Amino acid sequence: MHGLVNRALQGFLTDTYGQEIWDEVRSQAGLPVDGFESMLHYEDQLTADTISAASAVLHKDRCTLLEDLGTYLLSHPNQEALRRLLRFGGDRFFDFIQSLDDLSGRARLAVPDLDMPDLTIRQDNRNRFVLEVRWGLPGAGSVFLGALRAMADDYGTLAFFEAGEGEEGVETVVIELLDQSFSAGRSFSLGEHPA
Amino acid sequence: MIPDRVIGLPGTALDQVMPMHLWFGASGLINRAGPTLGKIARDDLRRRPLFDVLDIKRPRIAATIPALLSLQGVRLSICLRARPDLPLRGMVVALPAGTGGLVNLSLGLSFAKAVADCGLTLKDFSPCDQTVDLLYLREANAAIAHESRLLTGRLQTARAAAEEQALTDTLTGLANRRAMDSALKSLTDAPMPRFGLMHLDLDFFKEVNDSLGHAAGDHVLTHVADVLRSEIRLGDVVARVGGDEFVLLFRDCDDPDLLQAIGARLISRLEEPTIFDGQPCRISASAGSVLASRYDRPDPDRMLNDADIALYASKNRGRAQHTLFEEDLLALPPNRARPN
Repeated sequence: MHGLVNRALQGFLTDTYGQEIWDEVRSQAGLPVDGFESMLHYEDQLTADTISAASAVLHKDRCTLLEDLGTYLLSHPNQEALRRLLRFGGDRFFDFIQSLDDLSGRARLAVPDLDMPDLTIRQDNRNRFVLEVRWGLPGAGSVFLGALRAMADDYGTLAFFEAGEGEEGVETVVIELLDQSFSAGRSFSLGEHPA
Repeated sequence: MIPDRVIGLPGTALDQVMPMHLWFGASGLINRAGPTLGKIARDDLRRRPLFDVLDIKRPRIAATIPALLSLQGVRLSICLRARPDLPLRGMVVALPAGTGGLVNLSLGLSFAKAVADCGLTLKDFSPCDQTVDLLYLREANAAIAHESRLLTGRLQTARAAAEEQALTDTLTGLANRRAMDSALKSLTDAPMPRFGLMHLDLDFFKEVNDSLGHAAGDHVLTHVADVLRSEIRLGDVVARVGGDEFVLLFRDCDDPDLLQAIGARLISRLEEPTIFDGQPCRISASAGSVLASRYDRPDPDRMLNDADIALYASKNRGRAQHTLFEEDLLALPPNRARPN
C-alpha cells in the first residue's frame, strides 16, 4: 500500500487521539519507530495490521474507525490540501458526486502509483446515487461513507448516507440528496492554495 | 448537403461555450464579451474599440481590423490592456460578409495567477476547458513536492545522525577516532585497568603520496590496516585516528617487553614494500606505547599524551622504531617539529 495511504492513517490516529495512542498502535502493529513515510511503499499486511491494532487500542469497531478516518481526511486542518483537491470535482455537491467516477484517474494523474479504489457511481433516480467501491483491503466503503459526509457538510448539502455490501466484495454507499442549499458550507476558491 | 454556414448562437450560449470570447463588428467596436473575460478585465467591454481593450503582442501587426483578420487561425499572444501582467493566448476568425470577427482567448500559462488574482471559480470555465484540471494538477504536485521535501529533510537528518554515530573509518574499515575514544574510556573505567596503548605514525608516507599519487597513498593505508589487523588479537582495537596515524589498544597487557616486541614486529612488517601499479611503495613507522598499569588511575587523555611523547622520542631518534613511555622522556627537550 502506498505510503500516502498509510501516512493518512497515521495522521488520523496522531491528530485525533494523540502521540501516545499512535505509539501504542505502532508497537502493536510492529511498525518502524519513525512510522510511515509518505513516499515509500509498504506491504498491504502492514496497513491491515495498523487498522486492526488501532481498532483494538481504541476499542472501536473497524467500520466506525474507518468512517472516522474518512471524515478526518476531508475536515481536519492538517488535510486541507486533500479537501481542496476534491473540491475541484464540482461546483455543487451534485456535480461532485458525479465526478467520483473520475476520482481515481485524477489521483493517479498526480501520483501514478497510488493504490486508489475503483469507484463507480450510479444514479438511481434524480436525487439518489449508489457508489460502488472495490479495493485491496476491506473497509474502503466505510472510509468513503465518512468522507462523503464530510464533503456534504463542506458543500453545505443535507444528504442521507447508508453503507452496504454488494456482490463479490464490492462495498456500496447509498447517497440521497435532500437539500443542496441546506447551509452555506465552507468556502472554496480555485485560486487560493495552501503553502 | 450540410450547410457551411451553421449557427446563429444566442449570446448566452456563446458565453457558455466560449466564456472568454470577444465579438466585434466591422467598425471594430466590441458587441459582446464573454463573462470570464469581463471578470478578468474588471470592466464592461461592450461598445469599446477592440484595440483599446486588446494588445496583440505577437505577431506584431498594425492596429486595424483588416490586419487582425488576416491572422485567422494563427496563434496569438494577447494581453488585455487592463491586465498587462496576464499574458493570454488567442485566435481570431472573421464573420461572414465582412460583419466583423470573433476572438477567443484562454489563460495560457498565466492560468494560476489569473485564477488567484481575479477570483475565478469552476463556473467561469467551460466544462471542456482543462484549465481546472491544470489547477488541480498544479496543486496536487505542490502537495506531493511538499511531502518529498519533508522526506528529504528527514533522510538528511538521519544521514547526519548516522555519520555522527559512525564508528568505522570508511577507507580502511578500521575503527575511527570516536570508536577508539569510547573503547579507551571503557578500558580505563574498568576496576583494574591492565592494557597497552600504542600510537603509531607512518614514516615516508608523504613521499609515497607525493611521488606515486593519492591512489597509491590509499593503497598503502589499506595495506597498513590489513597488517595491523592481522597482528592483533581478537578483542584488541586498532583505529585510524588521523591521515597516517593509528592507535592500537592491547587488552590484558601488562608486559613492557611484550609491547616492545609487538612494536618492533609491526614496524618490520610495515617496512615490507607493497606493490601499487607495478611500483614498490616503501614506508616505515614510528611508534610510542604506554601501559595502563603504570598509573594509579589511568586517564585516557594522559595516556594518549604519554604515548605521543614516546612516539616523538622514536621520531627524534631517527624514526622506524618503537619507544615505551618512561618518566625521563618528559625531561627531554620538547621537539614537536615533526619529521615526515
